[in-house]
Amino acid sequence: MTMTMEFERIRGVKAAPLPEMYTSGHRTCQGCDSALNCRYIAKAAGPRSIALGATGCMYVANTSYYSTPWAIPWMHTQLGATGSAVLGVSASLKVQMRKGKIKNEPINVIGIGGDGGIADMGLSAVSATLTWPEYNSLIVMYDNESYANTGIQVSCQTPYGAHTTFSPVGTVKRIMHKRWKKNTAAMLAAGHPECRYVASACTAYPIDLMNKVRRALSIGGPTFVAILCPCPKGWDFDPRYSHEMGEMACKSGMWANWEMEDGKLTFQTPSSGIIKGMVKRTPVTEYLQRQGRFDHLTKEDFDHIQKQLDKIWGDWGIPAILPFKVAEGELA
Amino acid sequence: MVLEKAKIGEEHEALMSGCEAIAVALAMADVDVITGYPIRPYDTVINYIARLIADGQMDADLIHAEMEHSQFEIVKHACVSGARVFTGSSGVGWVFAMEPLVVSPPARIPIVAICGNRAVDDPGAFGCEHNDQYLVRDVGWMINWADTAQEALDLILMSYRVAEDPRVFLPCSLGVDGAFLTHAMNLVKLPSKAQVDKFLPRYDRGKLRLHPDNPISVAVQVNEDWLQELRRTIDEGARISKTVVEQAAKEFYQIFGRQKNPFFEEYMTEDADMVLVGAGTLSLSVRANVRKLRKEGKKIGFVRMKWLRPFAVEEVRECLSRFKAVGVIDRDYSYGSPDFGGIMFHEMRSALYTAKKQPLISNFICGLGGREIYEADVREMMKIMEDSIKAGTVKDTVTWVGTRTR
Repeated sequence: MTMTMEFERIRGVKAAPLPEMYTSGHRTCQGCDSALNCRYIAKAAGPRSIALGATGCMYVANTSYYSTPWAIPWMHTQLGATGSAVLGVSASLKVQMRKGKIKNEPINVIGIGGDGGIADMGLSAVSATLTWPEYNSLIVMYDNESYANTGIQVSCQTPYGAHTTFSPVGTVKRIMHKRWKKNTAAMLAAGHPECRYVASACTAYPIDLMNKVRRALSIGGPTFVAILCPCPKGWDFDPRYSHEMGEMACKSGMWANWEMEDGKLTFQTPSSGIIKGMVKRTPVTEYLQRQGRFDHLTKEDFDHIQKQLDKIWGDWGIPAILPFKVAEGELA
Repeated sequence: MVLEKAKIGEEHEALMSGCEAIAVALAMADVDVITGYPIRPYDTVINYIARLIADGQMDADLIHAEMEHSQFEIVKHACVSGARVFTGSSGVGWVFAMEPLVVSPPARIPIVAICGNRAVDDPGAFGCEHNDQYLVRDVGWMINWADTAQEALDLILMSYRVAEDPRVFLPCSLGVDGAFLTHAMNLVKLPSKAQVDKFLPRYDRGKLRLHPDNPISVAVQVNEDWLQELRRTIDEGARISKTVVEQAAKEFYQIFGRQKNPFFEEYMTEDADMVLVGAGTLSLSVRANVRKLRKEGKKIGFVRMKWLRPFAVEEVRECLSRFKAVGVIDRDYSYGSPDFGGIMFHEMRSALYTAKKQPLISNFICGLGGREIYEADVREMMKIMEDSIKAGTVKDTVTWVGTRTR
């Protein structure tokens, strides 16, 4: 394994590094938290980094010819290839360093893909990469809960009942999308025994997010961080409320902030308070009713979602992470 | 196992299969990153590479990819960040990798791959056909075909030299006929490491390298504002690749004494009235039968194509114009194409369209699915060409040779 970078923990906004590695030059929507997410990641990682970006908003709206916002080297990768991209670059650097073809130094390799690119199409390559302990890399999923770049279509990360262009509200079928959101980060944490670090964060909690990126980059081997990025266009809310929307998602329990490091699972604000029973989850309707994509839901639908959430936080073997537990009598 | 006899880096001769010869060439070329995913018949090369690495005869990272798409994406990114790379596939595996195959040329990424030519399923068939490699003919890949294990080794070295030339920076695929070349044993002259180093400089990605020392954005998004100009720059690379192949071949010949004419090889053509044209290992059978027919007084020869991209149009035109009749053998097919012919036939007929003296050109579809090409088949081809010459016009434009009829 090649060496990894050592980072200081960021303690507060004022302690975050000043240099911006992701700056102006992009044309993302107003209030785009996926773009803000790129800024946080690049800021946390610093200049000795390489970013690989899958097809999606953060490609098409980000890197127009002649106006890239990236101050670190960046390359487009195909929609389903984020895992392969980081693996390829990491292997390339490692071999060249071993053979003395380039200077031996820690270089961060970060793949950034959307929920479609990571949890749908690219899942197999992400999973494969997380099985290679000798290649240092971080894969980030910016989860804006739809194929936002192509005009808001359903992905496996779109919440139950949401209106998208592939799941419109009809006169006969009021709800077209009835699948529950895939638990991608937890699935990856559970299934890759040599992956030392998997985390889940939200742009509404940037210090936590940046520290998770730093931890993922310094621990070595392949790592994964899923980041919820509210999307004003796809979720249908006023761009000024992006930050608030992220907070509400976490506080209602629709999203959980957690990290798994070397098999130890911890929760972070506000999910830590919820899991410890010190903070009550806010009613999910408060969160859902702020978004146009849930306008067509009825009280029964809200109740259904609330009930699911209560189960996820109350009944699951590991709340918000794993739905199963060992059956009674199976263990000594 | 023959592999144990091959001493990599020392000049000597050894009996080996096409796949083994390729693996040895890669070891001498100091390839950095290799990806493999199993599909017959190309994957035997990965078996040999894995063995070489395991035994310390090769210093490279072999990544077992989880699908062909990832295979090509991994080497694509490794190559952009400065590594010399290798991968390959066959048949539908090659098709599964089509997305990275298509995007590698526009990003100017000199991947060298082999296409272990195999029929594109369904129906599931392991045998050799050339349609898989022809799928990248129009998207900026350079493509060539080897005839023997020796030539496979030679063309691997040539492919790196040409692909990694900064004037070109395009990927290159070496076609190796499934079973006939991938697995058939030949005597191979192995060059010394010093010879290889003299011919093949180190890969230098230069100002296009993805590295924190060179913070560029690669493969950014364009539309109608810039794409046409970008396509044109890719075309410049594709055009100059012909000159680069010529220059490389000249040096290759000086160092190794082979590959004098890089684009095609003529066999018994000097006084020929008619020639067959084809690529890959079908040449073994065709040459044997040409020799036989020569003994019967037939003025027949054979032209074996090597590089199809770049296409040496002037040379091919000049060569084929010398004959009264030309019969193109296609181990592939293009459904619904003009006159319902094979792909190489269309290439040759197009090249000859502006020739001052046009031969009578016909097309033979045969050897599909790895079917052998027999004496009777070559005789049938010759008969059709003879009939065309007698009539002064092409009698049968396209003929399926050696096909059972209902």
